[in-house]
Amino acid sequence: MDKSYYIKDDLKKFGDITDFQEKLGKKFFEYYGEVFEEGALSKREKALIALAVAHTVQCPYCIDAYTTDSLENGASEEQMMEAVHVSAAIRGGSSLVHGVQMMNKVKDVSM
Amino acid sequence: MKSLKAETHELSKPHVQLDIINNHNDRIKSLSKFEDKLDGIGLFPLRPTGIEIFQMNVGYMCNMTCKHCHVDAGPDRQEIMSKETFEYCLKALRSSDIQTVDLTGGAPEMNPHFRWFVGEVSKLGKQVIVRSNLTILTTNKFSDLPEFFKEHEVEVTCSLPFYSRSRTDRQRGEGTYDKSIVALKRLNEIGYGKKDTGLKLNLVYNPVGAFLPGDQEEIKQEFKKELKRKHDIEFNDLFTITNLPISRFLNFLLMSGNLEDYMEKLVESFNPSAAMGVMCRNTISVGWDGSLYDCDFNQMLEMETHQDSVQHICDFDLDKLNNREILVNQHCFGCTAGAGSSCGGATT
Repeated sequence: MDKSYYIKDDLKKFGDITDFQEKLGKKFFEYYGEVFEEGALSKREKALIALAVAHTVQCPYCIDAYTTDSLENGASEEQMMEAVHVSAAIRGGSSLVHGVQMMNKVKDVSM
Repeated sequence: MKSLKAETHELSKPHVQLDIINNHNDRIKSLSKFEDKLDGIGLFPLRPTGIEIFQMNVGYMCNMTCKHCHVDAGPDRQEIMSKETFEYCLKALRSSDIQTVDLTGGAPEMNPHFRWFVGEVSKLGKQVIVRSNLTILTTNKFSDLPEFFKEHEVEVTCSLPFYSRSRTDRQRGEGTYDKSIVALKRLNEIGYGKKDTGLKLNLVYNPVGAFLPGDQEEIKQEFKKELKRKHDIEFNDLFTITNLPISRFLNFLLMSGNLEDYMEKLVESFNPSAAMGVMCRNTISVGWDGSLYDCDFNQMLEMETHQDSVQHICDFDLDKLNNREILVNQHCFGCTAGAGSSCGGATT
């Protein structure tokens, strides 16, 4: 038994979550499948969004899955790295914009 | 880079390749068999729907040595179709109503009888498709071929695995992308890929790595946008082709540790609709020495047409071939995965 928290082969068992709660699991996968169908956004655009989000939530399963999905849907390395930078920019920006809250508090308590 | 054959590599032997994709280890052995998958949807034994495409591999010689090549083609390969075999092919074409002649290799242009044969087929009023690697068109000896193609209204289907230099060159060798762009611009200049000229210029996309091709139409639109933006290049169609686990691509899968995951993905992605439309059902493949095969991949694995049918072009018999049993093995999962794959792209 692998002792690490993240086991690569577990990604293939994702569907098994229905074993413990079939109804909700099935509804989730039905929704999930439909989300990634081509719509107003192309499959490639959705794969790149998923790749960026995967880096934001730092999910190794999602990073593996959506790197492959991005490649399969014709994304270039440049596009994929730009998606990761979007993720980084939002993460960094979300910290920094809270700096305003810090500044407000400083003003509140300072003489 | 040498061919696997020139290196006397074990993977140049078809029986070794077949053994690996069937028995390499317990994970590979545990995979469903292609025959059983066909049987499960009532398609086994697999039979033709009627031959529409006469595909000829006119030789394994090529000016390139691409890392994924299922033919193991290269400058060191000597196998080349003789004029006698071409004559047999003409005889077969004259006697049948097959309308499409698909010329592949290696680099088919390097066969010394290539121009003569294209001219002869053209006289029969049949459509010729040439599968060009593009870079050959930038060499001195072959630089006049675009005009020759135009003269005979040859459909040019060429390899361009990606619209970026780095990914294309990783698979096909340093400098390939730039030469390909030069060749595509030349073809565009004389009308290929342009509206209302009737001169068809198609691209072949295949994944540069151990993953499947995505949606053909979406990838085509992305290629159209990027090639127009970067180089003002236009083309007609784009065909997505899955890499089959044989020859040099099999070598890559083994060396990179991707064999098991890739084979599992192919098997898991088996699509009954794609199985219905596999190209071996409407194609016959002629080898450089006149031997007949169900497809170019079977040719490389030396799996000749079923022994109850005809096995050499000199015995060509359309009825017998249309009623033959098509030989299959585990590599066939490459043509039935996802949207399917064929020399004409996705099959669903």
